[in-house]
Amino acid sequence: MIQIKGLVKKFGDRVAVNQLDLEIGSGEVFGLLGPNGAGKTTIIRMLTMLTRPTAGEIHINNCTLPADEEQVKAMLGIVPQHFNLDPDLSVGENLELHGRLHHMAAEDRKLRMAELLEYVELQERVHDKVQSLSGGMKRRLMIARALFHRPRILFLDEPTVGLDPQVRRKLWDLIRRLHSEKFTVLLTTHYIEEAEALCGRVAILEKGKLIALGSPEELRRRTGEYVVEWTEGDGRETRFFHERSEAASFAGTLTLTATIRRSNLEDVFVEMTGRKVID
Amino acid sequence: MFQDISTVFWRDWVVLRQRMKTFIFSRMVTPVLYLVAFGWGLGRNVQVEGGSYLDFIVPGILALNSMNISFNSVGSPLNMSRLYHKTLEEYLVAPISPVAFVLGKILSGTMRGLISSAIIIVLSYLFGARFHVNIQFALIVTLNCMAFSGLGFVAAMLINSHEDMGNFSTYVLLPMSFLCATFFNISKLPTVVRTIIELLPLTHCTYALRAIGAGGNAPLASWINLIVYVLVLVGVSVWTMERVRK
Repeated sequence: MIQIKGLVKKFGDRVAVNQLDLEIGSGEVFGLLGPNGAGKTTIIRMLTMLTRPTAGEIHINNCTLPADEEQVKAMLGIVPQHFNLDPDLSVGENLELHGRLHHMAAEDRKLRMAELLEYVELQERVHDKVQSLSGGMKRRLMIARALFHRPRILFLDEPTVGLDPQVRRKLWDLIRRLHSEKFTVLLTTHYIEEAEALCGRVAILEKGKLIALGSPEELRRRTGEYVVEWTEGDGRETRFFHERSEAASFAGTLTLTATIRRSNLEDVFVEMTGRKVID
Repeated sequence: MFQDISTVFWRDWVVLRQRMKTFIFSRMVTPVLYLVAFGWGLGRNVQVEGGSYLDFIVPGILALNSMNISFNSVGSPLNMSRLYHKTLEEYLVAPISPVAFVLGKILSGTMRGLISSAIIIVLSYLFGARFHVNIQFALIVTLNCMAFSGLGFVAAMLINSHEDMGNFSTYVLLPMSFLCATFFNISKLPTVVRTIIELLPLTHCTYALRAIGAGGNAPLASWINLIVYVLVLVGVSVWTMERVRK
């Protein structure tokens, strides 16, 4: 569905994305995971044609960018990290504008609006100005807007950033529903639990480079599924094991108190880069 | 293309429709002050080119007001949309051409400029000014509105802070408001200054409106000047849309 070959983006001397190769299949929920500044948003901006790549190729559903820009734009639904709803328009008018920009017929726009506002549970707010909506409601409206023209691929850039845990769970349910409806979803996040809960595969990025690729399970297996964790001096020490019994034996040899737990993507990231996803 | 232009225009029309009363009343303040101060006050006993000063300045007030309204109708909201609200991205990721977006915005700014010009024409008649209004007059005002909507577009896309947008108005629009033959005849200005002023679109809009208002025709040079500015600024606006993706 999405093929990226040798993608590079430089801003002056700074390399934001460095020789990225990636393939994302149809119907996948794929995560770009990494700390702030890892290049996640720049990748999304290049895929959505908001930023031109310095080098490399992007193919989406047998179309090539930027040559087939118009066709690709019709296939993509985009939910950016920041709220970019039109504050001067109502909830319904924001969707109406999107439908018009995507050349949808008036009758179709009307039907789709009713359908999607119900989908994101905002049907009561159709005439309200977007400024009166909460953060979670705005994010849901942005998802409804991104889905309005029936795209095949959805880009979600940090979809739950700044939202409280309850609203975040609700958005996760919505993303799972999109997956069950066979949408291809590419999401960026720096929340480990979000990537683990939602993504079939993740690409871990560090300073614009791809450092690991696979399902959360695979990545954990590669590093070691069990972690022995203990404190020594001022620092936290960890060691990875493939079997719980090996971890337990090792912990038994320590004179300090140690914890044995299952590893997560955060551990994978720390093991590969020497630092946390959120520093 | 036409559908996309109308979509961009539709959005701005929805916003204007909600604020129409505020828009109309707020647009009356400046011209009423100009008409009272320069028409009734300063100009009561002044004769210019054989006519009343009020009749002389009305075309200038129309030109400068349509310039300010068109520039600010496009410049300020678009700058906010690009830098603060980020709503410009909604257009950039949609399958519409940069040309359609530029033309939609310029037409929207032109519409606001024309509404405000219509208000001034009515007010000027109420203040006792006498001048001819015909199709030619409306076309010149339209070209002026298009040129300054285009300038507003370019400024909004190139200037990277809202404060600097204000500075642009102070350094570019404000001097033009007073120097482009709006309030006085520029024939007595030093040649170099006059030559520069005569290259500016506001000067030609004022010249043309004054000529038509007096019952004559707009000079050919004024038509050419305004049309060239519109075409160049539309072209530069489209270039800025391409540049924003870099």
